[in-house]
Amino acid sequence: MKDRDLKTKLLSAPYLVWSVIFVVVPLLVMAYFALTDANGSFTFDNIIHVKNYADIFLRSIIYSIAATLICLVLAYPIAFSISQCNPNKQRVMIMLVMLPMWMSLLLRTYAMMGILSDNGILNSFFTAIGLGPFKMIGTPGAVIFGMVYNYLPYMILPLYSVMCKIEKSTIEAAQDLGCNAFHVFAKILLPLSLPGIASGLTMVFVPSVSTFYISQKLGGGLFDLIGDTIERQFLGSTGGKNLGAAISLILMILILICMAIMNEFTDDDNEGGGVLF
Amino acid sequence: MKKVVSLLLVFASLFVLAGVLTSCADRTTYINVYNWGEYISDGADDSLDVNAAFTEATGIKVNYSNFASNEDMYAKLQGGGSSYDVIFPSDYMVERMIKEDMLLPLDYANIPNADNVLPEYRGLYYDKEDKYCLPYNVGMVGLIYNKKLVDEAPDSWAALWDKKYEGQILMFNNPRDAFAIAQSLLGIDYNTTNTADWDRVLEKMKEQKDVLQSYVMDEVFMKMENGEAALAPYYVGDFLTMRDNNPDLELVFPKEGSNIFVDVVCIPKCAGNKAGAEAYINFLLNPEIALANAEYLYYTTPFKSVIEDEEYSLKDDPYTFPSEEVKANAQYFHNLDEDTLKYMNDLWDQLKVESESSAAVYIALAVLVLGVGAFLALKISKKKKMEKMYH
Repeated sequence: MKDRDLKTKLLSAPYLVWSVIFVVVPLLVMAYFALTDANGSFTFDNIIHVKNYADIFLRSIIYSIAATLICLVLAYPIAFSISQCNPNKQRVMIMLVMLPMWMSLLLRTYAMMGILSDNGILNSFFTAIGLGPFKMIGTPGAVIFGMVYNYLPYMILPLYSVMCKIEKSTIEAAQDLGCNAFHVFAKILLPLSLPGIASGLTMVFVPSVSTFYISQKLGGGLFDLIGDTIERQFLGSTGGKNLGAAISLILMILILICMAIMNEFTDDDNEGGGVLF
Repeated sequence: MKKVVSLLLVFASLFVLAGVLTSCADRTTYINVYNWGEYISDGADDSLDVNAAFTEATGIKVNYSNFASNEDMYAKLQGGGSSYDVIFPSDYMVERMIKEDMLLPLDYANIPNADNVLPEYRGLYYDKEDKYCLPYNVGMVGLIYNKKLVDEAPDSWAALWDKKYEGQILMFNNPRDAFAIAQSLLGIDYNTTNTADWDRVLEKMKEQKDVLQSYVMDEVFMKMENGEAALAPYYVGDFLTMRDNNPDLELVFPKEGSNIFVDVVCIPKCAGNKAGAEAYINFLLNPEIALANAEYLYYTTPFKSVIEDEEYSLKDDPYTFPSEEVKANAQYFHNLDEDTLKYMNDLWDQLKVESESSAAVYIALAVLVLGVGAFLALKISKKKKMEKMYH
């Protein structure tokens, strides 16, 4: 028995070493920089200074909540319809979902700049059909659109994988017992897919709230997010890395709080089931 | 036991070896060159490949890498662990590096071509005795506009604040260059250390935000060439590159004056092949190589031989060689002291953070928080009820 314990521990050793070197130590280094000044003496000044960035924190959180909800609304029906296809078709569809991820996020975003621009493809199309050109690039909408575009697969994949596990017979049974389409969704599909929703929300929200390149390119530098602010601290030559580390630390704490709230929404430990309805 | 000892020895020697590889090891077969992106004639468009020509002439290999800003380069050198032999900082950055003792003095015995530098670019404020560096390129900032998108040719930086062109104006996405434009308009010295002056600059910059399309650096090429913006401040050499792709573009040196800069070439303290580095610098000052660079980069050349060369095609170009009047009106950037630099970066952050997040946003957020709170309270009370029912 003891032997087996040791063996399982050994199995996890490579990851343990990995995470100590590349996760735990960097986190400690970050905390150290956040709590010291340029000369290395202990201070809370950086943390207090972060309050000047409240507006930008707020903007990041609002944009990424919007992006996450849009992703959820878009991804849910797609994931459901993929899960209802035959296996061969499913494979093709999932590949199509993943396809954009084969290309670098930087390239995709740079290309999106051209597509959304005032004289870009989309606006030429709108002008041609008489809808008139729209101002798209350099607006909050463009930033949120960029987040949705880049992170949508992270919502579809977990939803799809839980929906595949839902027995078709459960849905059929509900229909036999007189549920209409809405009740099938509310009483069967939604509760059973909650774990997928939970991980989808996390996987879209966390990268969105800390994103930095998308907002610079699609927001035209006018709607910078917290990630851009952190990047700027580290690129300067003024020892801004202490402040940068402090902002990162606060951001991490905020993300943890947001995730805790989200978990409260989606954890399904109470037998009552349909708390939402 | 023996095995353990030998293993330890192997590890120890590996560490020593790694130390030798990453520290300033002396070497003679290659040099590490650290330059701005797109800042040397590299063989594209039938130009001369300077690095290849250097290797051919001297047998010294060139490891070439790029940086995007003076600050990036400075941070990398200060971080240590890298060994560069030749670097290309701008004037204010080299001033700082000399002050912080980060450079090696040049040995002019190895750089006979140093005579090729024009007298007006010798002994400038950042290195009065030319002890550490020699000029590589000279440039200025100008106001680029698209003839088809403006009513009349602008002559002042005020055009970048003009409501007429709302949504068609671009601005530098870095504090030093962007603030310098507001400083020109307000008549404030670029190198002021007075915080009240800097505050006025920030106010001016905030006014501009309403009419801006975006803050840009490299994206300016795409946007101006495609006619997506009417006005943008940028470096003159890059304007000439843009004009090759869109003949509607014009440039003016605004009457309030603008920034002039010298990018220099020098050798950092951590160089491992100083002789190789000096040979490289000497090579860059060679008339033939200097001409190839001047033709390819479109920047103003600080070299006598190029200006006197009959074949130099930009000889009479009014942008590459602005009038004396324009030059007299131009200001150099100096190294700002630590406090001022910090203050400036802080203002830039403020400019970027400031948002029009109105009361509505805060109300929406408050409603959201209340909603979440109410939901959680409801859920917890339900849970408790359940527990009571079961027990």
